[in-house]
Amino acid sequence: MTAAFPLLAEHIPALLVLVPLLASVIIPFSPAPLRRAGGAVAVLANAAALALASALALEVFRLGRVTYRFGGWAPPWGIEYAVDPLAAIMLLLVAFVSFAASVYSGAAASAEVAHERLPYYHSAALLLVSGLSGMIITGDVFNLYVFLEIASLAGYALIAAGRRRDALVAGFNYLILGTIAATFILLGIGYLYMAAGTLNIADLRERLPHIYHTRTVLTAFAFLMVGFSIKTALFPLHIWLPDAYTYAPSPASALLASTGTKVGVYAMLRVTYTVFRPEFDASVVPMKTILLVLSSAAVVYGAVMAIAQKDIKRMLAYSSVSQIGYIVLGAAIASESALTGSLLHMINHALMKASLFMCAGLMLISTGAEKVSDLKGAARRMPLTMAAFTAAALSMTGIPPTLGFVSKWHIALGAVEAGLWAVVPVVLAGSLLTAVYFWKVIEPAYFSAPAEGHKPDTPAPFWAAAPAAALAGLGLLLGLAAWTPAAGAARAAGELLLK
Amino acid sequence: MTEFIAAKYQYWVYISLMMIGFYAIIAKPNLVKKIIGINIFQTAVFLFYISISKVDGGTAPIHWDRAVLYDNPLPHVLILTAIVVSVSVTAVALALVIRIYREYGTLEEDQILRGRRENL
Repeated sequence: MTAAFPLLAEHIPALLVLVPLLASVIIPFSPAPLRRAGGAVAVLANAAALALASALALEVFRLGRVTYRFGGWAPPWGIEYAVDPLAAIMLLLVAFVSFAASVYSGAAASAEVAHERLPYYHSAALLLVSGLSGMIITGDVFNLYVFLEIASLAGYALIAAGRRRDALVAGFNYLILGTIAATFILLGIGYLYMAAGTLNIADLRERLPHIYHTRTVLTAFAFLMVGFSIKTALFPLHIWLPDAYTYAPSPASALLASTGTKVGVYAMLRVTYTVFRPEFDASVVPMKTILLVLSSAAVVYGAVMAIAQKDIKRMLAYSSVSQIGYIVLGAAIASESALTGSLLHMINHALMKASLFMCAGLMLISTGAEKVSDLKGAARRMPLTMAAFTAAALSMTGIPPTLGFVSKWHIALGAVEAGLWAVVPVVLAGSLLTAVYFWKVIEPAYFSAPAEGHKPDTPAPFWAAAPAAALAGLGLLLGLAAWTPAAGAARAAGELLLK
Repeated sequence: MTEFIAAKYQYWVYISLMMIGFYAIIAKPNLVKKIIGINIFQTAVFLFYISISKVDGGTAPIHWDRAVLYDNPLPHVLILTAIVVSVSVTAVALALVIRIYREYGTLEEDQILRGRRENL
């Protein structure tokens, strides 16, 4: 393909951001027949983005690093797009999950989003993907801020599209907190520019070590970390997340929970490992220790809160708080194994949480179930949905041979290697608590008789059930394969980050 | 002490404005006032960027034969972008506020929260 379209191949990094962006503008402004087919346009645009991301990932793993100069201006004057293995993996993950979510949305979004708002829903979902891809691919910190705001604005709209009026308040609360976070990040970038005189990430990396001990750089770091912690919903800055994911339409929850927070963690990794080097942690602020404590608390708190929930989606939302804790925990341990585990857990959580939220949407469509107590005997009423839910739950818990087992194993192994014995019980306790809250769903679904006199079930649309089952199945497949290619790729990306 | 304040007065201005905005976001129960707080909060950061672009003795960054030094134009350009972002955020926030008002019949946070509790 690269040989057949030389011009196209050269511009893949730019196209990856532009294709979803253009599609998101085309849908709401096109004539009515095309607008009604917004779901199909979204699927096509996402398929194109997935193809571009795959081509780019192959290129990156062949060459090691791909850069793109916007408008031909050389960095640091022009804006640069830089793709290393970590960015390539993240781009592929975001493109893949958003493709699956768009297939699901095309078939199932009409159940939860008002008919006249559907085109705008698809448009906002594409805008979110464009913003997130931009955040991953960019090599310029100010550009990162702009893409962050594009993704956030689309996220507020997606959450507020929920069918209950509570969705509006959840969206507004997220908007307030998200804007505070983004403004903190903007301020941090301002201090970085003031101290180093550049916005290019590679340039900052070279210039910052000489001025690590100045108060300006410390201030910049503090603002950036607090900002990204809000965006990733790291405990105790997670308060916007449970309401947002509960009241958003299920396809939007699936998309946001699997991609939005992951890209936040990615941006945090970029700041701590690429813009700043690991030496900054050793010589200036004990960031590693702070993150270790916070993420360990997140793992346990999120899981305990999830056990206490009656609403299925709210349980999944608190589960996200807990799993984000795992991802940050692996990153904070900062050994090769732990970082590999952290990256694998990002992939695991993105695929599985997307599948779980899709299943929650399917349960609503077929039986009207929203609470855990509505699921008595659900396995007999919707066998495929419950099977997908169970498979995804197993991978989330970390039962071998799923991907979740491989990722948590690597995180625990990393903690042992780094001599952080106190972290090992946290990893294990988190897994046990995860098993408890998923068992609360699985047990009544499989081992109770359906309640008498329930309304007749609507069969789930095939194209909505297929992505949910496919994502859950992928967790199992990747788990079996994870010892070879996936772990190799994640390890390579992690090693590069630690350099 | 006065010297300490006077030498870096632009930081005092921007930090004070930022905290005024932050206070409004946290303490004001009216949703529109919260949005005004967000705007003040963001504008304070814009002022910070503009103040660091000043070069002693520099003129406006427009080509001019008699100019010896120019101010740094980059922060100005960055802030133009950030202003566009801020306007978009305000637009989305106001759109949400209109829909919240239609659904709840009020913009006071405590009344909205009371309405939600009855709903649960």
